[in-house]
Amino acid sequence: MTQPETMQYAIETNDLSIFYGKFEAVRDVNLKIEKQKITAIIGPSGCGKSTLLRAFNRMNDFVPTSRVEGEILMHGTNLYSKQIDPVEVRRRIGMVFQKPNPFPKSIYENIAWGARINGFKGDMDELVEQSLRGAALWDEVKDKLKQSAYALSGGQQQRLCIARTIAIQPEIILMDEPASALDPISTLRIEELMQELKKNYTILIVTHNMQQAARVSDYTAMMMLYEETRSGTVIEYDETKTIFTRPKDKRTEDYVTGRFG
Amino acid sequence: MTKFTYPQEQDLQRFVNARYRTAWIWQIVFLSALLLAILSLSALSLDVVDGAFGYVAYEFKKDPLTISQTPIDDLQKEELLTILQTSLSKGAYGKLDKEKPMETRTAEDLYSLVLERIIQVKTLETFPLYDSLFRKAEIEAYVQETYPDARLEFRSWLTPRFLTSPMSSRAEFAGVRTALFGSMWLVTIAIAFALPVGVGAAIYLQEYARKNFINTIIQMNINNLAGVPSIVYGMLGLAIFVRAMEAFTSGAMFGITDTNGRTIMSAGLTMGILVLPLVIINAQEAIKAVPDSIRQAAYGVGATKWQTVWSHVLPNALPGILTGSILAMSRAVGETAPLIIVGASTFISIDPNGPFSKFTALPIQIYQWTARPQGEFHAIAAAAIIVLLSLLLTLNATAILLRNRFQQRF
Repeated sequence: MTQPETMQYAIETNDLSIFYGKFEAVRDVNLKIEKQKITAIIGPSGCGKSTLLRAFNRMNDFVPTSRVEGEILMHGTNLYSKQIDPVEVRRRIGMVFQKPNPFPKSIYENIAWGARINGFKGDMDELVEQSLRGAALWDEVKDKLKQSAYALSGGQQQRLCIARTIAIQPEIILMDEPASALDPISTLRIEELMQELKKNYTILIVTHNMQQAARVSDYTAMMMLYEETRSGTVIEYDETKTIFTRPKDKRTEDYVTGRFG
Repeated sequence: MTKFTYPQEQDLQRFVNARYRTAWIWQIVFLSALLLAILSLSALSLDVVDGAFGYVAYEFKKDPLTISQTPIDDLQKEELLTILQTSLSKGAYGKLDKEKPMETRTAEDLYSLVLERIIQVKTLETFPLYDSLFRKAEIEAYVQETYPDARLEFRSWLTPRFLTSPMSSRAEFAGVRTALFGSMWLVTIAIAFALPVGVGAAIYLQEYARKNFINTIIQMNINNLAGVPSIVYGMLGLAIFVRAMEAFTSGAMFGITDTNGRTIMSAGLTMGILVLPLVIINAQEAIKAVPDSIRQAAYGVGATKWQTVWSHVLPNALPGILTGSILAMSRAVGETAPLIIVGASTFISIDPNGPFSKFTALPIQIYQWTARPQGEFHAIAAAAIIVLLSLLLTLNATAILLRNRFQQRF
C-alpha cells in the first residue's frame, strides 16, 4: 500500500518563515514531523522555538502583526491557506502551555467545556473519566471532580490541561515547555505520561532542558539564531540519539554538551 | 581601589540616619494629607447631623388636647376621620373627599391631615444640634422671650415618617418618599440602559477592536467623556430625550397623554448616558484583568472568540463589572445638575407610577429645601442629605462586598 509522500508525516513545513511586523522571527524551517513520535525542539533562549511551535496551531494569529510565509502541511493541506478555519486547526492540534492554565472552573468542567463547544455527543462522564485516566490523573481527582481546578497542585493542574487537550481528540499535541514550572517529581510524571500519549498522538515539545529532550524525544530539532538577522532557524533535525551523540553541526554539539548557550 | 568608595563607620551612621529622617518627613506629609481628608469628611458629616437634629420652637393653632383626650398619635383611623369631619368645614372636607375618598385613605394620611388642617403646627424657629446640646438654657430663655406661647421640643427631623411621607409645602409634614422613589426609578433606568450598552462596548474595545487610529481615538474620547461636566449631559438630555424623542419619553407612543418629555424616562436615559463612560471604563478594566492564559487555554481547545468571551472572559470579569456598575449607580444617585436641566419637578406629592411620570429626586429635593429661607426646611434638607448619604454608603459597601466575595485569584 503506497501513500502519497505527505501522508507519511503528521505534519510538515515547507520554507516556513514567521514574521512579527517587519521582523523575521523564524526563517526557512523545513521539518517533517513523524507520526506518533515525540519531537523535541531545542535551542537557546529567544531563537523562536515557541514561535515555531505556536505556528502549528495558529496561536500566533493572536499577535496582530504576525504573518507567515511558506506552508505548514497536514494531510496535504496548508494550514495557512485561506479556506482553513484556525478554530478547526486548534481542535485538531491541541496545546499544553508552559504555565498550567486550567479554567477557573471545576475539574469536571475543565474537560467538559472543550468537548461541549466542539459539539461532543455522548456520555460526558465517561469522556471526563477516560481523559483523566489518559492523563494519569483519575485516581487523584475522582472524588473531587466538582472542586475547583485551582485547588490542585501545579503538576496536577498541568496533567489536567493535558487531559483537557486529549478530551477533544486531537491528532497532534503541542507542548510549550510543559514541565518548566514544575518540580522534578511532577516533571517525571509528565514525561512518563508523554510516553503513554505517543501511542495515540504525535507530540511536539519545546524544552530548555537538554536531559529532558534526550530522555523523552525520538526526534530533535535544533534551533539557532542567524547572527546578522536575529532570525531563528532549524540548523539540524535528526533522531534524538544522533543529535546527542554524533551531531553533524558543530554548534549543535557545543549546545548539547553544554559548552554553549 | 579608592576609586569607588561608600561611607564607612561614623559617616555611614550619619548617612543612614539622614535617610531615616527623610523617610520620616515624607511619612508625616502623607499622614497629614490623610488627616486633612478625614477632617474635612468629619466636618461635613457633623454639619449635616448638626442640622438634622435639635430643638424646635413651635406653636399650635389649636391645642390637640381640645380635640381628643388621648394623644392623637395613638388614635385609630375611624377616630381621626371623625375629628376631621367635625372640625373641618363642610366645603373643605368635601374638597378633600373629592381628591381622594376619605374612607380609602390610610391612617397615616389622615393623621397628617389632622396635623395640617386642624391642629396646624407652626414651626417658629429651629436650633442646631450643637446649640441644643450645650446651650440649652440660652435657647430656653430666648424662646421664652421671643415666642411666649411657643413650646420647645427636641426633635429629630429624620424619622420613619420622614422617609414615608410624600412632599409637602410644610416642612413639618414633608418627607422624601416621592424623591426616594424618583431616585430609584432614575437609577434603575440609567443602569438598565448603561450596563448592557457599556459592557457591550467594553467587550468590543477589549476583545475585538484592532489597535488602529480610529479605535485609539474612540478610546481616548471615552476616557474624556467620563470627565465631561454633568451639566453638559443635562443639555444633551434636554435636546435629545426631552425634545427630539418626546413622543417616546413622554409615553405618547404608549398612549400616555398627560405628560410632556420631562419624565423619569428622559432623566433616566440622561443619567444612563452620563454614567456610560464610567461603566465602559470599569468593564474594560475588569476584562483586562482576566489573564491571557485563560483566553489561550480556551482557544487551545478550539473555542471561537465568542465562546471564549462568553464562557471565560465575562464570568471572570463579572465581579469587577458589577462593582463598577454599582459605583456608576451611586454617581447617578448623587447627580443634580442634569436633572435640573432635564426638568425634574420641584414640587410633586404623588409617587411616580412608571417611567413616564413626572418625578423629583433626592438631590433635587435637597437643593430645593436648602434654597428656602425658613430654618425648618434647612433642617429637613439636612435630614434628606443623611438619607442620600446612607443610600450612597449602602451602594458603595455593596460594591466592596461583591468585590471581596467574588474576587478570583489567578
